[in-house]
Amino acid sequence: MEKITLSVHNLKKVIGKKEIIKGISFDLKEGEVFGFLGPNGAGKTTTIRMLVGLIKPTSGRIQIGGYNITENFEEAMKHLGCIVENPELYPYLSGYDNLLHFANMLDGIGKERIKEVTELVGLKDRIHDRVKTYSLGMRQRLGIAQALLGRPKVLILDEPTNGLDPAGIREMREFIRFLAEEEGLSVLVSSHLLSEIQLLCDRVAIISRGTVIKIDSVHNLLSNRERVVWRFHPIEEGKRVLRSVTAIDEREDGFITTEYDEIKTAEWNKLLVEAGVSVTEMNRKMPVLEDLFLELTGGDSIE
Amino acid sequence: MNKLIQNEMMKLIAKKRLIVIAIIIGILVAMFTYAQFKEVERQREKLGTDDWRTMIQQTIIDQQNRISSARISDEWKQQLQIALQQNQYYLDHDINPSEPGAPTFMRIFLENSIELFIPLMVMVIASDIVSSEHSQGSIKLLLTRPVKRWKVLLSKYITLAFAISLIVAIAGILSYGISGLVFGYKGWGAPVLTGFSVTDAGLDTAGVKLINQWQFLLMDFGLVWFVAIVVGTLSFMLSVLIRSTAAGMGVMLAALISGAILSNMVSSWESAKYFFMVNLKLTNYMNGNPPPIEGMTLSFSMLVLLVWWAIGLFVSFLVFTKKDVY
Ligand SMILES: Nc1ncnc2c1ncn2[C@@H]1O[C@H](COP(=O)(O)OP(=O)(O)OP(=O)(O)O)[C@@H](O)[C@H]1O
Ligand SMILES: [Mg+2]
Repeated sequence: MEKITLSVHNLKKVIGKKEIIKGISFDLKEGEVFGFLGPNGAGKTTTIRMLVGLIKPTSGRIQIGGYNITENFEEAMKHLGCIVENPELYPYLSGYDNLLHFANMLDGIGKERIKEVTELVGLKDRIHDRVKTYSLGMRQRLGIAQALLGRPKVLILDEPTNGLDPAGIREMREFIRFLAEEEGLSVLVSSHLLSEIQLLCDRVAIISRGTVIKIDSVHNLLSNRERVVWRFHPIEEGKRVLRSVTAIDEREDGFITTEYDEIKTAEWNKLLVEAGVSVTEMNRKMPVLEDLFLELTGGDSIE
Repeated sequence: MNKLIQNEMMKLIAKKRLIVIAIIIGILVAMFTYAQFKEVERQREKLGTDDWRTMIQQTIIDQQNRISSARISDEWKQQLQIALQQNQYYLDHDINPSEPGAPTFMRIFLENSIELFIPLMVMVIASDIVSSEHSQGSIKLLLTRPVKRWKVLLSKYITLAFAISLIVAIAGILSYGISGLVFGYKGWGAPVLTGFSVTDAGLDTAGVKLINQWQFLLMDFGLVWFVAIVVGTLSFMLSVLIRSTAAGMGVMLAALISGAILSNMVSSWESAKYFFMVNLKLTNYMNGNPPPIEGMTLSFSMLVLLVWWAIGLFVSFLVFTKKDVY
């Protein structure tokens, strides 16, 4: 059995009179990237703040590396590296001094390790400049370097690609995969973008309004949910042909969508062509979060 | 713990606040030195001599004139009376209360800055030391390390205590160094009187003792340091309670200034003596100036400040270790 590095059980948080997190449970396994997917205001950041010890859970249990974080804070935190929202390091210190600062807060982490993580995130050239002068991407990297200093087992990143350009996002994604696959870290990543989670994660928890709606592997969640978008003419004839083999949806913009299946779709295309319908466009489309939500919650829309 | 303190020192130094404070103190001292120098010069011109006995004689005459003037309040009259008696005592015992020289300047500077100036400088550092972590967001990184929160806060408090000691030391060194250029560096052994006590009947000189200036200065420094630590701790508490550095500073500033104003006008509002800010002028007790409210003594004021200090520290640690960080 795979080792569980982070375990969350029936976590709740009440702020004021409002219950913001209404009982969340999940486990992280060694070497996996776990996605935390939900729309704005779902409670992702609030949950993460509880996981890293910034706010106290109203009830529930959190264990990191086997240690309960309320009872054994120091031991638990030794196994954790994190960035909550943006990595807000000290702008008036150099990148190196920032790392030194946080290394000082860890036992047995010295200059060697600082050098190691600096090279790992590729900041060697600018590490002695003040953080003030860094670009957002460089700050993200320094944030990651800081999180990795203590050789954690669990890495928690809240919206790690926030504000990065496409190249930066891809780089970050590859880096996170590398950490999980090569270094065996468990990584928890939150996001409100399905596309991102899909490319990055092994498993995903979908949360909405403070509850987990579903936890599943990305593969299970998305297969059978991909659609094909068609455009053809004459349109009525084409619809008639498709309707005879599958269910179709008409979109307002004149596109027709059907389910996606590698083999069947090719056959339908053949049928259309044989019936004298010219197919001008045929696109495979990933489901978007909204659609997934609609399906999972049975029409209950996003807050 | 050492490493945590090292961290805080690193941040303190990188912010360059201490340097700014040193510069401000330097400029102020230079200004006061010049003012003092002008004053001495003016006196000399007016009286045609620089014999201090003549000068004190003149001051006593001035004070007598003012006391007999009808326009001033009884309270003010009483204060003048006390000052006059004190001057008379100095004269009678042939002791110069303002022996020229850097040590005397330093003493006067400390006595005048204990209430507002030094606390302000201390506040600049203390009110930012925790709240800046909040406003920058770095608190999220600081509190997610395998270090208990009270240790993080303690390292900050120790650093603050160190910075405060440094500020007091800087004030001493600069006021000695700069004023010495003008007045000379001698005068450590000059005799100073202490132990005047103010009673209903006026000035009581029964307990008056003669001590060396350096001894007096040592006590002054102790008192200044104590006041600075208390004010620093209260600013520290505000820094924990209020996320915004500016708001924290504003509250403390209002308290300090109201203290300076209140001391001059609360003599009939007796319970005001439990405010920390009317108790800051500890050096007054040393040279026998009447307290802002009747019945206040050195030990009373120190006790009040000590209680405020303990509350400040307790609240800081309680809130910091318990509160949710958003
Ligand atoms: N300090 C607070 N006081 C009151 N309500 C809060 C507080 N912090 C968060 N909330 C509420 O909790 C809910 C969840 O917020 P949270 O920041 O966890 O969302 P999120 O999933 O991280 O969203 P986003 O994708 O926008 O970052 C929101 O409805 C928010 O209004
Ligand atoms: Mg968030």
